[in-house]
Amino acid sequence: MTNSPQTDGIVAGRLDDATLAAHFDDLYPILDDHEARVAADRCYFCHDAPCITACPTAIDIPLFIRQIQTGQPDGAARTILSQNILGAMCARVCPTETLCEGACVRNEAEGNPVEIGRLQRYATDGLLLANEHPFARAPETGKTVAVIGAGPAGLSAAHRLAMLGHAVTLYDTRTKAGGLNEYGIAAYKAANGIAQAEVDWLLRIGGITVKTGQALGAGLTLDGLKATHDAVFLGIGLAGVNALNVPGEDLPAVQDAVDFIETLRQTGDKASLPIGRHVVVIGGGMTAVDAAVQSRLLGAEHVSIVYRRDRGAMSASDYELDHAATEGVSILTNAMPVAISAAGVTFAYTRSGPNGLEKTGETFTLKADQVFKAIGQTLKGQPDALKTQGGKIVIDAAGRTSVTGVWAGGDCATGGEDLTVTAVAQGRDAALDIHRALCP
Amino acid sequence: MANLTSTFVGIKSPNPFWLASAPPTDKEYNVRRAFEAGWGGVVWKTLGEAGPPVVNVNGPRYGAIWGADRRLLGLNNIELITDRPLEVNLREMKAVKRDYPDRALIASLMVPCVEEAWKTILPLVEETGADGIELNCGCPHGMSERGMGAAVGQNPDLIEQITRWCKQYTRMPVIVKLTPNITDVRLPARAALRGGADAVSLINTINSITSVDLDDFAPEPSIDGKGTHGGYCGPAVKPIALNMVAEIARDAETRGLPISGIGGVTTWRDAAEFLSLGAGNVQVCTAAMTYGFGIIKEMTAGLSLWMDRKGLSSVEAVVGRAVPNVTDWQYLNLNYVTKAKIDQDKCISCGRCYAACEDTSHQAIWMKPGRVFEVNDAECVACNLCVNVCPVEDCITMEKVAPGALDERTGKVVPAEHGDWTAHPNNPMARAAE
Repeated sequence: MTNSPQTDGIVAGRLDDATLAAHFDDLYPILDDHEARVAADRCYFCHDAPCITACPTAIDIPLFIRQIQTGQPDGAARTILSQNILGAMCARVCPTETLCEGACVRNEAEGNPVEIGRLQRYATDGLLLANEHPFARAPETGKTVAVIGAGPAGLSAAHRLAMLGHAVTLYDTRTKAGGLNEYGIAAYKAANGIAQAEVDWLLRIGGITVKTGQALGAGLTLDGLKATHDAVFLGIGLAGVNALNVPGEDLPAVQDAVDFIETLRQTGDKASLPIGRHVVVIGGGMTAVDAAVQSRLLGAEHVSIVYRRDRGAMSASDYELDHAATEGVSILTNAMPVAISAAGVTFAYTRSGPNGLEKTGETFTLKADQVFKAIGQTLKGQPDALKTQGGKIVIDAAGRTSVTGVWAGGDCATGGEDLTVTAVAQGRDAALDIHRALCP
Repeated sequence: MANLTSTFVGIKSPNPFWLASAPPTDKEYNVRRAFEAGWGGVVWKTLGEAGPPVVNVNGPRYGAIWGADRRLLGLNNIELITDRPLEVNLREMKAVKRDYPDRALIASLMVPCVEEAWKTILPLVEETGADGIELNCGCPHGMSERGMGAAVGQNPDLIEQITRWCKQYTRMPVIVKLTPNITDVRLPARAALRGGADAVSLINTINSITSVDLDDFAPEPSIDGKGTHGGYCGPAVKPIALNMVAEIARDAETRGLPISGIGGVTTWRDAAEFLSLGAGNVQVCTAAMTYGFGIIKEMTAGLSLWMDRKGLSSVEAVVGRAVPNVTDWQYLNLNYVTKAKIDQDKCISCGRCYAACEDTSHQAIWMKPGRVFEVNDAECVACNLCVNVCPVEDCITMEKVAPGALDERTGKVVPAEHGDWTAHPNNPMARAAE
């Protein structure tokens, strides 16, 4: 280790290996059996439970918690996975405080919900680590479905279709399946290769052929897929990124946060990753938080998240922002970048005006030898034939696009928030609709 | 400060908390520790006849049930009476009593139902300086197969007989410990009284199998794949014990017979409840076995503080205070009408009251939009189930319908006067109005 957090510039090896290993290990370790039983005992088994309503995949949460409490975590896992096949990753990345745990009546009682996320992980990890796949395929239907994009939406759709007896070909542009679970989430949320383990486990259903390195416009066309398959599902995510449109954006020290996060996830030796001494992350979502926190974990001395509106408008959850603050990230709001130079980023203070956001006229400059842009991702590479709205492929409640025989779901499609769990729900529901269409 | 000193059948102790005859009182070492910790008395673990002592199993002798956080709720045991030689126990009892003259020391006894056996052992016990004896007519396992313990306790004639022998051959007070494994506990209590008993103590443990190992299909605690029923004790048995104590306290024949209350006493509150239902003191075992002897400090401090707040200056002032309020069902006031009321500020909208009432009771709770739960007075029979299943204390309460007001369920005005089954028009045996 030749460098330290105080070394100027963008350098690798700011922290020793042991510290890095600890930094990128599981954020919260799995509950042990006793902890799980105690945590499960706190569930009231509510009538028409609000947590179920709050879950985009509508997992029967009181049931699975009761199954843990009665000593059958594998039974609990079946309950979870029958609704949400990516239950293990969702247990890690769901913003539970705004979903199931946010709806838990224990909040009203004592401001402390049942730890649904951690209990879900306890149940699903057990089954995953035992490499037990609890579902079996229905007899072959003879129908074929192309699923484009092996992220949460595509995997969910593919699994459900395969389970229903269809032959699925799952295409992805990258070398590994998993989508954002594999490439777009902080390493400490998916430690120990859990995303790939989950994909491998999911594929054990059978009937799914994975073809990587193929994308729409890069070897695949919608017409071609339609001609060779009985149905097509698109779960292509948001592959584009927004630009800042400020002077200096082209400097080599300015990067997309998604690329940084991806590289970090795909690099085993974290000490080899260069990071700045002074890092500025521009944006207000989960991507900004993941980039900022991981910059700190790599050894950056000063890391700031700067967002142009106020804190309430940030799409990152309070939980995530609190975590970032705990890791030593400064969170600055009501400031938008106006120029980037080798010295740093100059921001203008903002306020809400009659015509939207306006600059107050005051500026400040943050020292920065590395800048990450995390100001949102955009739909890219979607077939022209599909109707879009607000940068998303338009789908109906069943996941149907404007083109017959083509379904879509996940971040690329309208409806719901851009969450893993929403993508899983849309993929699953589209699969069910495809099944109804193919086998009426 | 309330005075906790206790005099039970003439036996004085600094507080009304005795350790029950059980493993914690099996030898001098434990009993000295108990007295140092502050226990008012001990009932020494049951002594048997001289000669080769009984033997115990060498596998597990306890089984248990737990709450989610391994809180021990019920304990079961298949241990027999003391497995140490009689002379050793007697020597140790004498030494302990000599060093702790202010504490109560009672000898629990169990010998065969022959006069000679009792005649032989009583002088030996008396010689130790023990304050009294307790006849173990309750041990439900092992010893009962040999015609002792619960086998005696289930036969009122035998209880009367051995009690009489004891009263004949010793000047020590005689306490008869009763088994709950019987249909009507008043019968053995009356038998003890007829035999001349100074007091009864109850309950001994309840026949039980705590669980079944579902791999070996063996009852727990399991010895080499087999199990036998054990004696159940601990917090889970308290309600059963409270009722049996009250039954004896209010029985026309046994009323006034001193009772040593036993069964799940874990806190000062449990003790206060036993005392108020007629127990003159209490005996504790499982709580000490779970938490150690140190819990006596909470028990004495708690009882004392509660008595101070209630203005009750002595243990005697507590004993039996609730007995007049224990009655038969037929005398309960049918004109006392209540309705459940849900405090909307306290309600956390879990809906358990709704599920319980809708699925299993009287469909008297509405679930309104926004998860608002309200009681429908026109259907509420005041069963109290919603109160019992509600996770929030005092969120649902039973509110009395004032006399003169309309009971929406019956459509009748609530009468002001008492009215019970004995005079109810539906009762064919109703007494004619005088």
